[in-house]
Amino acid sequence: MPTTASPPTAAAGASRRSGTLYIGDPGMWSWVAHRITGVLTFFFLFVHVLDTALVRVSPAAYNAVIETYKTPLVALLEVGLVGAVLYHALNGIRVMLVDFWSKGPKYQRPMLWSLLGVWLVVMVPGAFFMLQRAATELFGGH
Amino acid sequence: MTETLTLDKPRSPRRPAARRSNFELYSWLFMRLSGLALVVLVLGHLFIMNIVDGGVHRIDFAFVAGRWSSPFWQFWDLLMLWLAQLHGGNGLRTIIDDYARKDTTRFWLKIMLYASMVVILVLGTLVIFTFDPTIA
Repeated sequence: MPTTASPPTAAAGASRRSGTLYIGDPGMWSWVAHRITGVLTFFFLFVHVLDTALVRVSPAAYNAVIETYKTPLVALLEVGLVGAVLYHALNGIRVMLVDFWSKGPKYQRPMLWSLLGVWLVVMVPGAFFMLQRAATELFGGH
Repeated sequence: MTETLTLDKPRSPRRPAARRSNFELYSWLFMRLSGLALVVLVLGHLFIMNIVDGGVHRIDFAFVAGRWSSPFWQFWDLLMLWLAQLHGGNGLRTIIDDYARKDTTRFWLKIMLYASMVVILVLGTLVIFTFDPTIA
């Protein structure tokens, strides 16, 4: 007696798409992104408290480590961090509105597009200010 | 002891008042309340440290000393440290529960998580309270 079900026939999924990739719903992806940005921020916080704790060792030790943060590569990582935290914050507000606002569930999808819009509007000038010096250092000019 | 006949009560309107804990309810609520505070605390912190006035390039020991000479920023950083660590720790606890398949894996990941939380909370708090701007 076979213990496994017969494999799905090709016709089963072919009606919409020929591939097998699960596309999901934007709501699911917003949840996935919330988890990923949260975990990344948690790991960053671990390192960040350790580096700041160097102020208890000596000014030289702290300054030496902070100096390595003033490089173009780390500037790019900063943009990533700010972007991750900003998404997590905006989506967190969305989650709260869905939970506590009577019309939240109804508007969860437009709220997702709105938060992505806000994210973009904040990140473009934010990235500009964070990368300004790195760009000058890398490509010269004043 | 007299033996009594016990019958299941499938349509019993109340769930048995066993030792049920409301911990998950409170942690759910904490995530929302701390999240709301962290939106202000963390975004304010990131804006000041990364974007305004040259961002990271102006940060050094003297800059930290200047900030922590104010009880306002000391309190800001202390509150942010505790809320962020508990909020993030609770989030990771949920993620470990979701993805760890074996009990031993779950156990050890949580031990590591809780240990790291204690280290960061104790160290961070100690640094804020014992900061010495005249350290050699």
